[in-house]
Amino acid sequence: MDLKLDHYTEGDTEIVVVEGEIDVYTAPRLRELLIDLVNKGNFHLVVNMEKVEFLDSTGLGVLVGGLKRVRAHDGTLDLVCTQERILKIFRITGLTKVFGIHGSVQEAIDKRSAK
Amino acid sequence: MATITLTISALPAHVRTARLMAATVARRAGIAASAIDEIRLAVGEACSRAVAAHKLHCPTQPILLQLIDGNGPDPGSDSRTDATSPALRANGSATQRFEVVVSDRAPAKDTVETVNPSMLDGLFLDGEDTPPGGISGFSPGLGLAVITGLADEVKIDPSDRGTVVRMSWPLTNEHTPDPSSN
Repeated sequence: MDLKLDHYTEGDTEIVVVEGEIDVYTAPRLRELLIDLVNKGNFHLVVNMEKVEFLDSTGLGVLVGGLKRVRAHDGTLDLVCTQERILKIFRITGLTKVFGIHGSVQEAIDKRSAK
Repeated sequence: MATITLTISALPAHVRTARLMAATVARRAGIAASAIDEIRLAVGEACSRAVAAHKLHCPTQPILLQLIDGNGPDPGSDSRTDATSPALRANGSATQRFEVVVSDRAPAKDTVETVNPSMLDGLFLDGEDTPPGGISGFSPGLGLAVITGLADEVKIDPSDRGTVVRMSWPLTNEHTPDPSSN
């Protein structure tokens, strides 16, 4: 399926809900959304990837790009992902060390608040 | 040896078509279910790399995808093995493989064609890092890193006439494809 994007605010965190396939065709839309959110002053982002069916290196590049942008404002970008097929690509590329990857949106928010 | 050939225009939208086709053919060839996701991802990466290279160098040229089922009947006489039937070949010494070949026509000299861990630092293209005419967010080196992490065997042949990425996975010969599956 195509990519569906949504986002909502929870406290000082903006939750981005991604559904479908993130690839070379659809990733630019996610990139635009992340840039837009940062430009509007949202520097703490949680990307919920529980409904992502496919993720390739283009999608990884967009997520790392988002991370770079929020870090420029001392912000954070955490991921919610428990799907093995998606986690695998983070492992192959070593990006599990770059992103905070959590089991739920609440866990992602709680862990950041605890820091 | 059965081969399915797909030619796609160098457009990001067609990468998904190539992925789905590869996964479908792999499933029919009898690839283990756990490897189907790997094939889908690796083929997507190879096609994304090719599309990005074409976009920079030769956007009107097509990209060629070949899906080769080493288990299938061989219509030609130049089989890799001496045996003539799949059953005999399955008992032979050569391991039957499912091979995917992605061939582009973009000169390799200007594209990143080797997997070098040190490149990972600069791979995360985003916005201002994207070369003129390039595809936003796409980083060829990271794509190749993913391919080498996923495919059982990988061979990348860059030349000034284009790059050929060959990836293959072993066929277990334990699974009989369901004729009704697609």
